[in-house]
Amino acid sequence: MRVILALAVLILGSTGGEIAITHGMKATGEPARLRPQALLKFLGRAVCNGWFWAGVPLMALSFYSLLVLLSWEPISFVIPASALSYVVGTFGAKYILGEDVSAARWAGVLLVCAGVALVAAG
Amino acid sequence: MASEKRLRIKTLVMVLAMVLCANAGDLMLKRGMSQIGAVQLTASGLAHAFRLTVTNGTIWAGILFLTGFMLSYMTVLSWADYSYVMPAGAFGYALLTLMAVVFLHESVSPRRWFGVVLICVGVLLVGQTKPRTTELAREAVA
Repeated sequence: MRVILALAVLILGSTGGEIAITHGMKATGEPARLRPQALLKFLGRAVCNGWFWAGVPLMALSFYSLLVLLSWEPISFVIPASALSYVVGTFGAKYILGEDVSAARWAGVLLVCAGVALVAAG
Repeated sequence: MASEKRLRIKTLVMVLAMVLCANAGDLMLKRGMSQIGAVQLTASGLAHAFRLTVTNGTIWAGILFLTGFMLSYMTVLSWADYSYVMPAGAFGYALLTLMAVVFLHESVSPRRWFGVVLICVGVLLVGQTKPRTTELAREAVA
């Protein structure tokens, strides 16, 4: 039970954090051009965005949960299980960020999720 | 459309930068920490490890690469879909396996190779889709 809870915190924390950061970056808008000066200005705007700072503690919480899980369970269970975040993240992208997830993209996400689980399991 | 093609190339270059920086950063940290040796979990052991870590050039190189990863990740998310970048970034796992075979001469199980193939097919499928499906906030150009 506590493993499931920690896994939920790990997955929801990392995807929640990434979704918040994505939202913040979309609000920031893309850099005018990919040159050092424009990138610095872009970063300055990004760190002034509240959504960016909402994402950071969520990702920290997720990382802490990962450390706790690794102290309970073998890494060959923890990393493949955390590959579920690809699926959870795609649901978040669709329903929270309003991205259009086509059938091809879903198929790709499911293959990536299975592939990461297999690679991490060794 | 030309802008569509430009968006795709720009996104792929950024995802590649992201993956390379993340892998290089992890490898550098691993190498740096191996130079330092196993950390003793006592107050003096941790203080000693901290001093060695902040004076180790390889660790700093790793931190630099991981900063590069974070910056390229933030940059690409400013224009591309999260549901595009996230699975595309998993290409890093496949790349890490290939690097482990080529540079570290590690042996890789058939199960792991199968996983690498699934990741590559999945990334190719996601790569076919449009990198951006939402409206973009116009940049406030000063």
